[in-house]
Amino acid sequence: MNREHIIPPKVYLLVFAALVVGTLAMVAAARVELGPLNIVVAMTLAALQATLVALYFMRLRYSHRLNWIFAGASILWLLLLIGMVLTDVISRLSE
Amino acid sequence: MSEHSIALAHQFDDLEQQKEAAILGMWVFLVTEVMFFGGMFTGYTIYRFKYHEAFMAGSDHLDLLLGATNTVVLALSSLTMAMAVRSAQLGKRRALMSYLSLTLLLGSAFLVIKGVEYSHKFHQHLVPGPHFAFEGHDPQHAQLFFSFYFAMTGFHALHMIVGIGLLAVILWMSYKGRFNAEYHNPVEVSGLYWHFVDIVWIFLFPLLYLVGHHR
Repeated sequence: MNREHIIPPKVYLLVFAALVVGTLAMVAAARVELGPLNIVVAMTLAALQATLVALYFMRLRYSHRLNWIFAGASILWLLLLIGMVLTDVISRLSE
Repeated sequence: MSEHSIALAHQFDDLEQQKEAAILGMWVFLVTEVMFFGGMFTGYTIYRFKYHEAFMAGSDHLDLLLGATNTVVLALSSLTMAMAVRSAQLGKRRALMSYLSLTLLLGSAFLVIKGVEYSHKFHQHLVPGPHFAFEGHDPQHAQLFFSFYFAMTGFHALHMIVGIGLLAVILWMSYKGRFNAEYHNPVEVSGLYWHFVDIVWIFLFPLLYLVGHHR
C-alpha cells in the first residue's frame, strides 16, 4: 500500500521556526560591520535555510538517492559557474 | 498495490515507479531552473564585487521591513504547501484543499507586497531608465544594482505567478476528487516547484536587501 514516509507536522513547524529565526539572524548580522565576512555569514545562513527546505519541505531526506545526485549536481554546477567566473574577474582587477 | 489503478499510466510497472519518475523529472527541471537563476546570480556577483559601494547605496533604498515580511510570508506558504502534500499523502481531501487555499492566499500576499514595493520604486525614480534619479556619488552603478533588483525579483515574481496558477489547477483537481493516498503526484511535484521558488527568495533577500548596513 502506502510506503512513503510521512513527516510529522511538528517537524514542519520546527523547520518553519528555523526559517524565521534564520531570517532574523540574517538581518541582525547585516547590522554588524564584519567587512567581507558579512556576505559569508549571510550566504551561510541562506544555505542552511535552503538545506532545511530541501531536506524536509521537499522531502529530499526521504526521497530516492537518485534525486540527491540531481540536487547535488545543481549545486556543483552553480558553484562552478560562479567560482570560475569570479577567478577570471578577480585576476583582471588590476587591468 | 492495484495493477488496475486508473491513475497508473501504461508505460509504468506500478504506481511506485510512476511516482519516482515524476519526482525525478521535477528535480531535473529544477536543475535547469538553478542554472537559469544562476546566470543572474553570477552577473550580480561580478558587479557587486566591482561596484560594492554603489550596490550598498542602492540596497539602502530598499524597504527592509517589507522584504523581511515577504521572506516570512513565503516561508509560511512553504509550510502550508508541505502540509498540503502531507494531507494528500494521508488522503485527507478537505485538509488538502484548505492547505492549498492557504498557500494560494500567502503566495498572493507576497505578490501584493512586492507590488507595493515596486510602486514605491517607481515614485522614487529608482527604476532603471530615462527617469532614473539617484542622489549618491555613483548613480550609474546604483542603476545597475536596480537593474539586477528588478530582473531578479521580477523573474522570481513571474515564477510565483506560475506557481499560483499551478496550485489553482491542483486545487481544482482535488475538488474534483482526482487525488487519493495512493495517487497524488501532481500535488507533490507542484510542492517541489513551490519550495524551489522559496529557496530562490531565501538567497535573493540577503543579496538585495542586506548589502549595506541598515542601522
